[in-house]
Amino acid sequence: MPAVTKKNKKTSSNSNGVPKLKFNSGWEYAPAPESKSHIKLKDRYDLFINGKFVKPSSGKYFETINPATEERIAEIAEANAADVDKAVKAARNAYERVWKKMPATERAKYVFRISRMIQERAREFAVIESIDGGKTIRESRDVDIPLAANHFFYYAGWADKLEYAFPGRVPSSLGVAGQIIPWNFPLLMAAWKIAPALATGNTVVLKPAETTPLTALKLAEIIQESGLPEGVVNIITGFGETGADIVNHPDIDKIAFTGSTEVGKIIQKAVAGSNKKITLELGGKAANIIFDDAPLDQAVEGVINGIYFNQGHVCCAGSRLFVQESVYNIVLRKLKDRIETLIVGDPLDKNTDIGAINSKTQLETINKYISIGKKEGAEMYQSSCPIPGKGFFCRPTLFTNVAQSNRIAQEEIFGPVLAIQTFRTDEEVIEKANNTPYGLSAGVWTDKGSKIFNLTTKMRAGVVWANTYNKFDPTSPFGGYKESGFGREGGLHGLSGYLKV
Amino acid sequence: MSKTVEKKSKLSISENGLEKPGPNKRLEVLKTYKIYIGGQFPRTESGRYYIATNNKGEQLANICLSSRKDFRDAVVAARNAFKGWSARAAFNRGQILYRIAEMLEGRKAQFVEELIKQDSSRSQAQKEITLSIDRLVYYAGWCDKYQQIFGTVNPVASSHFNFSVPEPTGVVAAIASGENSLVGLVSAIAPIIAGGNTCIILASETKPLCAIGFAEVINSSDVPGGVVNILTGKPSELFSQFASHMDVNAVAYCGNDELIQKEMQQKAAGNVKRVLIYKDVNWLSEKGQSPYYILDLQEIKTTWHPIENIGGGSGGY
Repeated sequence: MPAVTKKNKKTSSNSNGVPKLKFNSGWEYAPAPESKSHIKLKDRYDLFINGKFVKPSSGKYFETINPATEERIAEIAEANAADVDKAVKAARNAYERVWKKMPATERAKYVFRISRMIQERAREFAVIESIDGGKTIRESRDVDIPLAANHFFYYAGWADKLEYAFPGRVPSSLGVAGQIIPWNFPLLMAAWKIAPALATGNTVVLKPAETTPLTALKLAEIIQESGLPEGVVNIITGFGETGADIVNHPDIDKIAFTGSTEVGKIIQKAVAGSNKKITLELGGKAANIIFDDAPLDQAVEGVINGIYFNQGHVCCAGSRLFVQESVYNIVLRKLKDRIETLIVGDPLDKNTDIGAINSKTQLETINKYISIGKKEGAEMYQSSCPIPGKGFFCRPTLFTNVAQSNRIAQEEIFGPVLAIQTFRTDEEVIEKANNTPYGLSAGVWTDKGSKIFNLTTKMRAGVVWANTYNKFDPTSPFGGYKESGFGREGGLHGLSGYLKV
Repeated sequence: MSKTVEKKSKLSISENGLEKPGPNKRLEVLKTYKIYIGGQFPRTESGRYYIATNNKGEQLANICLSSRKDFRDAVVAARNAFKGWSARAAFNRGQILYRIAEMLEGRKAQFVEELIKQDSSRSQAQKEITLSIDRLVYYAGWCDKYQQIFGTVNPVASSHFNFSVPEPTGVVAAIASGENSLVGLVSAIAPIIAGGNTCIILASETKPLCAIGFAEVINSSDVPGGVVNILTGKPSELFSQFASHMDVNAVAYCGNDELIQKEMQQKAAGNVKRVLIYKDVNWLSEKGQSPYYILDLQEIKTTWHPIENIGGGSGGY
């Protein structure tokens, strides 16, 4: 949540007598919904194979719904093994006959063109992303869609410059890449996967998540319009089984997966002995650390952004907060005050801070963890904000009195739930923060430069934000240590996953 | 040493492992081949051994047949050493690797003799030892340079300073090449420790003699205990433990056995280990060394910090 959102609240005070945040007067925010009138959606989407939309061989379709209203949006084809095989054959054919032989400068221009076309239709994409996935329009408009377009633009330029990225080596493409992406950043993840694969000369079979297939299929339309040679990108929809068919297909050279650590392990095991190159971007349980010398208001904003951004459906979410004991009370009060001001509701309303939970299943998982947290003896605090009666919503939640061994401090929840712990010394917090099988990201808040570098070098995590959080950029590599996966996406380092070096 | 003694030292071991005594000759002191864990030279805790032989089937020595428990002990030692070793200044690591090369240079003769016992010709043996020394010097030089080659400053579009640097993966368990004795060992160890990792290495099963000599070299080169741990034994017994141990961050396999490769890759999934398979690499060639072997066992860490933009729009005077 980049901007501070204000919301009128009744004047009241905390139990300790400190007045609560008061954003003036009795003004309520009027609804400011983004219009849906300009978007074009079909009622049924088929599989995008070899440059055409084709019916699934099973003849089966499933529905994709709007998680904020539980209303059906469209029906989506379910690909089976035969469809996967067709897509892989198309990708192989395109690789051997066209894409591999094309001059890199020309390859680049196709990728640049895709980026431009996403920018042209950014507003339509933003609205569809919010309808299909539940994320706020402010986020899909300002973060997801622009970053996706920028990612294509960034990697396009690499296509004819690859030898500069690998000193002393002449890199070559791998062949067909099978890519499986999650539902938390549907278009952005598609861009993270497709852009570097194309720039490095590979062809693609991509499967979006079953709850959020629409923007990937809209991207397929753009790809069709862009004139990209048939079969270079194939987008097929389905459930976990379709993903497994991709992973196990013998004619795929590379598997790129973003999703849970549990599924990542299954994939790593499945490709053993197959010579498929893999990159895995898996779960996380990031520590966000506030020292007593930090600018506390900024830090609180950072914590809010860290855990409640995208409803907490972020693998690098700052889900464990460590506060230095001397400022614990004040930080906790500020946090509680701040989450009271967050607006939970219609994702298409520009005032909304927290949109809909992506699916019923995910809402159940989050609620399960909330009750586990309570049972384990942690103390829960939730915002008192109203939530819509229909759709899947969860109030911003935090837990205090959390022990290091509590499941809410160990396991990835993937929702707006923050586990707060305290610490006294630098050594202690380094130890606690690293005491997790994950290692995707971390955050550090302090005004002291030398302390920042001490902490950022000691965090065993792939992305460390100091005095900021949840920032992304196409030039900036992203990926984890330990059980958060291996390989990087973004930046120069994102190239090597798609090349023989 | 007289000729007769030298002849004797080609080693004729009786069945109990001792040299047959002669009436007036000085009895040669034989070396006990032990393993190297945490800077100590223990025997295998299992008490097991196997007999290393040359191509003619002559017995060379009793070698420790390391157990899974030895491996676990070595992982503990490697994990304990990781914090200190990874925090060493890169320059210091370079000096220590160079020191290993110095020590090896001074003990060339011993390694040549051991290589010859293991069926190398004298010229092959000399080539292998000099290449091993030079390879250590090569990696010593890389210790404080690969970061500059593989790190980046990233021009993000927002107002942040953003950079990416390689950091060591952690504890690495590696199975060295079975074909080469010393050069296979050095080629596996050097890029791992040059990059700040600590390791457990299983030496060549059939040519193990140099492994313990090399451990002695490491032990006298200011390499902290636990940074390098060397086991001898059978890959077939240990590879699955290498791949499944939950406190190992990466496994490397220098060999061509596809069944071992596959099973290691499968077991490694238990804690998402990085798996490096080096098959058909001729460690005696130029291809046996590269900064990319260091990069294989590095994690890229990206750090962000905001830049405050207040006033002063242009940088000019």
